[in-house]
Amino acid sequence: MGTGRVVLVTGVSRDLGRRFARALVADPAVGKVIGVDVTPPRGDIGDVSFVRADIRNPVIAKIIAKEDVDTVVHMSVIATPGTAGGRNTMKELNVIGTMQLLAACQKAPSLQHLVVKSTTTVYGASSRDPAMFTEDMEPRRAPRAGYAKDVAEIEGYVRGLARRRPDVRVTTIRAANVIGPHVTSPITSYFRLPVIPIVLGHDPRLQFLHEQDLMDVLQHAVVSDIPGTFNVAGDGILMLSQAIRRLQRPSVPMPAFAVGTLGSALRSARVADFSPEQIGFLTYGRGVDTTRMREILDFHPKFSSAEAFADFGSLLPPTGGHSEKVLAGLARALPPPPPAEQPAGAEHG
Amino acid sequence: MGDAEIIPIGTRGRPGRGTGKQPSTAARDLAPTRKPPAKPAVRPTSRPTPAGRKPTVKKAPVAAPASAPGPPAVEHPVAARPAATTRDRGPMAGIPAGDWLAAFQHASLEIFGDQAELQLARFLAFLRRRVTGDYVVDEYGFDQEITQRFFMAALRPIAEKWFRIEVRGAENIPTEGGALVVSNHSGTIPVDGLMTMVSIHDHTGRFLRPLGADLVFSLPIVSTLARKGGATLACNEDAERMLSGGELVGVWPEGFKGIGKPYAERYKLQRFGRGGFVAAALRTGVPIIPLSVVGAEEIYPLVGNVPALARLLGIPYIPITPLFPLLGPLGLVPLPSKWLLEFGEPIRTDEYEAGAADDPMLVFNVTDQVRETIQQSLYSLLMQRTSVFG
Repeated sequence: MGTGRVVLVTGVSRDLGRRFARALVADPAVGKVIGVDVTPPRGDIGDVSFVRADIRNPVIAKIIAKEDVDTVVHMSVIATPGTAGGRNTMKELNVIGTMQLLAACQKAPSLQHLVVKSTTTVYGASSRDPAMFTEDMEPRRAPRAGYAKDVAEIEGYVRGLARRRPDVRVTTIRAANVIGPHVTSPITSYFRLPVIPIVLGHDPRLQFLHEQDLMDVLQHAVVSDIPGTFNVAGDGILMLSQAIRRLQRPSVPMPAFAVGTLGSALRSARVADFSPEQIGFLTYGRGVDTTRMREILDFHPKFSSAEAFADFGSLLPPTGGHSEKVLAGLARALPPPPPAEQPAGAEHG
Repeated sequence: MGDAEIIPIGTRGRPGRGTGKQPSTAARDLAPTRKPPAKPAVRPTSRPTPAGRKPTVKKAPVAAPASAPGPPAVEHPVAARPAATTRDRGPMAGIPAGDWLAAFQHASLEIFGDQAELQLARFLAFLRRRVTGDYVVDEYGFDQEITQRFFMAALRPIAEKWFRIEVRGAENIPTEGGALVVSNHSGTIPVDGLMTMVSIHDHTGRFLRPLGADLVFSLPIVSTLARKGGATLACNEDAERMLSGGELVGVWPEGFKGIGKPYAERYKLQRFGRGGFVAAALRTGVPIIPLSVVGAEEIYPLVGNVPALARLLGIPYIPITPLFPLLGPLGLVPLPSKWLLEFGEPIRTDEYEAGAADDPMLVFNVTDQVRETIQQSLYSLLMQRTSVFG
């Protein structure tokens, strides 16, 4: 202690938060990392000191004051009610928790930096969307419910704090869909389904951010002193159909309402944490512009969208891909040099 | 059924059907006795076309008899087996996969010549890339490979053979850098957009990136095809992004007012929206290329509309053409009018000062200039045209 920053990380009970906190301890610019959450983390937290506290509770202000925290990383924004125990709890954790945390931050004179992990979900998804959202664009339709609304409210509170405490540097990271072999999120559980339902006749554009890149960008935001709001996503775009083909999984096109119903059914059966709010995203997709991330934040993700997705898919066994096998067999039967006469053309037979 | 049974036919007397002047020994032997009725079904597939290309075609038939010289003596008594039934004679039954493959190879050899193997392998590689998702789309969802190899290939015959499109002034399209093609809109269904895309690609090698109404992106299937074909939403953000990215962007400012206008008002330009396209061009400093399309008005002459049903379905209009609901799906075939596409002189926008895009008066003036140019060249093209279907 004494040297380096004192960082408070919320939401360390979840895998990403815990691993981020551990990675942050190793950073030379950081002296101490305090992890806060309602439930203790499942895995090893290394040198992170864990404090079991609820951010919905004014206790958090005491921790910030007592530990002389100068940096707060707010990662405790959850996307699905599955882990929290219901939509009401989720909303309370997200919105009320952020309000309490920011209130505590506003009161703490020691605080200098605030990093908030937000998401590109705030831009919504509709047929009227521009191809690429930049940071200063608003969603075409204000979100009325769910995660997107929570995040919009949280960002509102964060902007409020930035107004009231101009001395605090506030960085908001709007991360695209985080994906990786260890990530459990609505989108990864969607792709883990053995047969993937898709919305009939729509092929959304998707962007992904690798879990490692998420940690790196948050660490980069903590260490470098750059205020502002930044979209963070891997390079390039994958279409949903393309992504499913790369996973070699079969897909079933069905009307949007049926996908929603199936999603709720799967969630109540605890098969997949697939929320009906994603229907918009799976219908229209979303793209975000990352020019500011490169030029102002000076962060360059290691994984492109396609590479991040490939890394996620590398551990998933393919459940389809029969046509690929047939074509591969055919390609072997027809090499360019001499006309092959083996009766291997199974498709023609 | 084994391949070897076929062999006896050619093993007595002169092999093969040498000259083609008289039937071979084998054929003469076959005629009166009618021994194996099921066999001829197999024969022709392995010998697709006897005429021409002797060296290549001969290869397979010769190879087949040579590979099994022994069996004839043993196999000949096959005549004793029961006569073939209709079930045996099914067209697909009993033709081994190898024969199919050989037949396809021969057919492709006949059609494509020596490059057949290469082309087949290339096509297979393309199919595999599609099936494994190993292709790249740009940030708007534009899939160049499928557009070039599939959409364009499918639309080209329509453009060339059905509408016999004649393109004038293609040299006015810059070969590189951003440019905005502004066109009149007509034809009930935006076929003119598709035909413009094909014509521009065939004349300049560039892809036109159309800006579409939000209805396009909310419709299932249409939205997928539009994104894959390179379209994006007609909004200022996307237009400026594409133009500053150096794309050739196409815009139809009349929108639904243009394609949905009754036949009586053909070739009368409607209002050009709010001039958003001019503002986008002014901000990015790219030239505006006016395009006049003649012929698209006549493909589906719009004589009526069902506004109530259109409102119910949430679409701008329900077209009634002389053929459409009357002939059912057949009414969807467009009339084969002759099309003329004339690209006008580019209108430069890079000479205005920086804040020009925010000056509404200037934007309206440039919009009017573009509109007048298109209207005038429409009139002159109509004067030159001898008949609608000519």
